[in-house]
Amino acid sequence: MTDIAPTPAGAAVFTDDTYVAPRGVWSAVKRFVVRQPVGMIGIVIVALFGIAGLTADWIAPYNPTSNDFSAMTEAPSWAHWLGTDQLGRDILSRILFGARTAFIVGLTSAIVGGFSGLVVGVGSAYFGGRIDLFLQRILDIVMAFPLIIMALAVVSIFGTGVQNVIIAITIPLIPRCARVVRSSALAIREIPYVDAARALGYSHSRIILNHMVPNVVAPFLIMLTSFVGQAILAEASLSYLGLGVQEPVAAWGLMLQGGAEEYASTAPWIAIFPGLAIMLTVFGINLFGDALRDVLDPKMRER
Amino acid sequence: MHRYIVSRLLLVIPTLVGAAVLVFILMRLIPGDICLVRLGSGGTSFSAQALAACHAEIGIDRPWLLQFWNFIWDLARGDLGISMWSGKPVVQEIATRFPVSLEVATMATIIAITIAIPLGTISALKQNTWIDLVVRTFSIAGIATPAFWLGILSILFVLDLSQAITGHPWMPSIDYVPIWKDPIRNLSIVMLPAITVGYRYAAVSMRMTRSAMLEVLREDYIRTARAKGLLEKIVINRHALKNALLPVVTVIGIEFAFLIGGLVVTEQVFNLNGIGRLMVLSVQNQDYTMTQALVMLVVTLAVLSNLVVDLFYAWLDPRIRLR
Repeated sequence: MTDIAPTPAGAAVFTDDTYVAPRGVWSAVKRFVVRQPVGMIGIVIVALFGIAGLTADWIAPYNPTSNDFSAMTEAPSWAHWLGTDQLGRDILSRILFGARTAFIVGLTSAIVGGFSGLVVGVGSAYFGGRIDLFLQRILDIVMAFPLIIMALAVVSIFGTGVQNVIIAITIPLIPRCARVVRSSALAIREIPYVDAARALGYSHSRIILNHMVPNVVAPFLIMLTSFVGQAILAEASLSYLGLGVQEPVAAWGLMLQGGAEEYASTAPWIAIFPGLAIMLTVFGINLFGDALRDVLDPKMRER
Repeated sequence: MHRYIVSRLLLVIPTLVGAAVLVFILMRLIPGDICLVRLGSGGTSFSAQALAACHAEIGIDRPWLLQFWNFIWDLARGDLGISMWSGKPVVQEIATRFPVSLEVATMATIIAITIAIPLGTISALKQNTWIDLVVRTFSIAGIATPAFWLGILSILFVLDLSQAITGHPWMPSIDYVPIWKDPIRNLSIVMLPAITVGYRYAAVSMRMTRSAMLEVLREDYIRTARAKGLLEKIVINRHALKNALLPVVTVIGIEFAFLIGGLVVTEQVFNLNGIGRLMVLSVQNQDYTMTQALVMLVVTLAVLSNLVVDLFYAWLDPRIRLR
């Protein structure tokens, strides 16, 4: 069977089943669904929470911040599917709105941290020499620095709030991405085509963007996926410590703070459901990330 | 090799100095004044002279450059100074809290190793079977579970279990005792935190073991070993596992260094008086000397473990030295 599939550049190439090079996005998706059923489960889980976060305004049965002192620490029932917390707030509604917070923080931190790391990593490998040495030392410092002090400092200097939590979580992600990208990029730099591009007089930015970045995309995407999960976990931990998102904003980590421990034995649902939401979301992201690695990394594909 | 060691050691210095500069500046950018907190904590009013005297006493009225020079000079002589908050030597404050964190981290590592290496190996050997699927799910779940939530659940579980068995709820005591003084009480305090941290840690190491093992099992020398008729047990234990464990040991070593500084949340859940909570407290109290000392301690541990790993690799693989 021969069909015409558009390449990312927009030009059309003839493809058939024996020729596996550029395929359309749609058929790549179809292949992923068939070959990676576990990864699909991950996508479905993440999509459910993502949709919950997007549509929380319409689907949440209650206002996530309004207290109902006549219904405090109520067990799950038809009125409150997941029960209520110590202030009488509906836990299901808070989890739905918490999904929004988690995804905003998770996606923003991962994307900003990942792309900054990509620029630093590829740049460091491409320019080499003193620039590389200098950038590597900066990354060393940030990586060895205790995250909690960094987060505390950011929050103390700029104040609490979602955007500052994002800053605190993003900073430590940058060196980790830069490290991995740099080591992939170093290998590519040795390949003669980079020298050829330089001999042709191409600009640095053109060589970096057109010739090096596309070759480190696979490890980069895999890392970006795992960053989303890690950022969601980090946000939950910071909020739990009282250094992240602040009341009354609905955030999963925050829901586990204070009341959850105090009422753990009398109202365990306060502690169980928000944690389950965090776990399921990050679990889904990791399932997807693993499948993505299997697809993108040819060495893994053989196995 | 000597040249490599020297050049690698020289690279440690900028990292340590950089971390010192970073913590020094960060602490001073945080708005607030430790003396206002110290003098005002009793609810009494105080004079401007008292405030100035307090500033002079802890030395924060001096120019930043001089303060930084003093910090570095004291550090170089191994003097961590006096806590600005409690007035006690920083070394003493850290010494009372370090053992708890160290013990939790050590036990978590032991738990991680005993779970991760056998399960990771089995998972690789039985690749794409249901055993592999179960182990991988177990490990992905471990990475996805927030340690503090697991902590809350385990406390809940212990409370309910003790209630059901003895009729009254039992909670581990808060006061830490060294393991050689009262092993049972010590373990009752440390065990649960170590398990909750160890699960995540095991999950990470398990994935590393599995992928390293899969890589090694495809090597030619494994085929050779099998072809010459070695017992499968010997092929796995002596040829495959030994080589696969190298990256695993690296991960464990580096994670361990980070763990000591990263136990904050676990210490919070279990009410442990460790290094992590001391860090949070010292930043919140604006205790410059204490925070600086703690950061330098954690950074030094991280840098040293990296150094050891790098040297170990260079010793094993001569190509690294020559780069």
